[in-house]
Amino acid sequence: MVSGGRWRFPLQLAPLVAAGLLWEAFGAAGIIPENRLPPPSHVLSGLAEMVTRGLPPGSHLLGHCVASLRRVLGGVVAALAVGIPLGLLMGRSAWLRSLVNPFVELLRPIPPLAWVPLAILWLGIGDGSAVFIIFLGAFFPILLNTVAGVRAIERGLIEAAIILGASRRELFLKVLAPGALPATITGVRIAIGVGWMTLVAAEFTGVKSGYGLGYMIMTARDIQRADQIVAGMLVIGLIGFAMDALIRAAERRLLRWR
Amino acid sequence: MELRVEGVEKGFPGTSGDAGRLILGGVSFAAPDGGIVCVLGPSGCGKTTLLRIIAGLERADRGRVTIGDRVVSGTMREIGYITQETTLLPWRTVLSNVELGLEFAGVSPAQRRATARRCLELVELAGFDGYHLKQISGGMKQKVALARALAVEPRVLLMDEPFAALDAQTRNALQEVLLHVLERTRTTVVFVTHNVDEAVFLGDRVVCMTAQPTRVGKSVEVRVPRPRDRTGPELNALRKELLAFLAEQRLNSRTAPVEADLQPPGAAAGSPGTLPNEARAK
Repeated sequence: MVSGGRWRFPLQLAPLVAAGLLWEAFGAAGIIPENRLPPPSHVLSGLAEMVTRGLPPGSHLLGHCVASLRRVLGGVVAALAVGIPLGLLMGRSAWLRSLVNPFVELLRPIPPLAWVPLAILWLGIGDGSAVFIIFLGAFFPILLNTVAGVRAIERGLIEAAIILGASRRELFLKVLAPGALPATITGVRIAIGVGWMTLVAAEFTGVKSGYGLGYMIMTARDIQRADQIVAGMLVIGLIGFAMDALIRAAERRLLRWR
Repeated sequence: MELRVEGVEKGFPGTSGDAGRLILGGVSFAAPDGGIVCVLGPSGCGKTTLLRIIAGLERADRGRVTIGDRVVSGTMREIGYITQETTLLPWRTVLSNVELGLEFAGVSPAQRRATARRCLELVELAGFDGYHLKQISGGMKQKVALARALAVEPRVLLMDEPFAALDAQTRNALQEVLLHVLERTRTTVVFVTHNVDEAVFLGDRVVCMTAQPTRVGKSVEVRVPRPRDRTGPELNALRKELLAFLAEQRLNSRTAPVEADLQPPGAAAGSPGTLPNEARAK
């Protein structure tokens, strides 16, 4: 493959670099006013300041990243732990599907952020309610994709396993779970995206520990540092990109058979 | 182990006022221990339904299936089942697909690997252990399916048009592999096919189905020693006989719905080419 391999990454990077240079030039020429959108050079120096001094001073960027990552992962892992088993069962049992689906369809359209007041009432301000809200956002994509994944498994595969003597447990672990895996992974990718969106918004409403990327961006707003607002956004984008790349790498490994 | 199918009936419930349809109208035949019975019938005659009932995947409305002295009431490991569409697990390699049934039986990893390798050798697929299914041909997949079914040592093997999707040469090769394997395992086989050549080449007995509601219309013993000559006079004669029977069934199934009230049965047989269409037009 000519387009793959060694040259793919530089080729993908080139347009980004070009856009950055253009943005910088527009800023320098005064076409984009500094107070509306600071040029990349200012954003980068703002970013450097967040690493060295911290925002607010003393709260370093790494700490914000770790705090936010922990919340996202906590919520997504909880969503996996509930969503996959329930999804496998629902995919197999029409009875369970018709029992659970009305709840799913009723709860799913509610934006996770609408749960913030209740989450704070139940779990207080802090990581507990953040994880809970992310769980709500991540749960449905994982559940629904897993259900669809199980239902897409050909009946013949399942019957063959049953004829070969699969127990219920073995059927779930060795046929349904791996068969649904491609769909489940798609669900996880969506879930992580939703998780970040939800998290940052949730952190806008306040955090207890003083750490979190959303909280950091709000702090930058309060002191009117547009460069650091943009820098915070950039960090979130980069982390999201990196996580998706990790999942895609894992997907390639796990689904090599495809 | 001997397999007996006794008076099996199966209908599908009708929709909105329709009384429903009888698919299997009392099918009976037996496959002696170690014998190969080929079930031959026009397409859509319910052969797959019959095999699914024997496999315990579906229940008969009436009649029963026994292997040895046990009545089949659900799936069991003693009955293997191979279909036309591959039912191998695509995320597993060739070897671990063959190991599947042994895993379910709780066989130790070392032992099931050894058994699986032996079965792959038996179907002439030694050396393909680590291949993924996307890397092997349709014919090879059916060999893997055969190896997987044999690995758990079933007493009866049900085969539902397993070679129908393969090209003629591959099909012939697989038929020979199958016979070679069965010589060793002595498994009782029920082999469903719509292919007369295949039926007479493989079967110790060929059971012919009528059109719906399906019953056994003709049962012929193939008294030709193996290795059989595909184009020899014995098989040719048999082929002719069976093809004639199938043609007759086809005709019956076309005229059946109308002949009851429009035509006396004799008239339908008189001018086979045109009558069905005329009858339908009325």
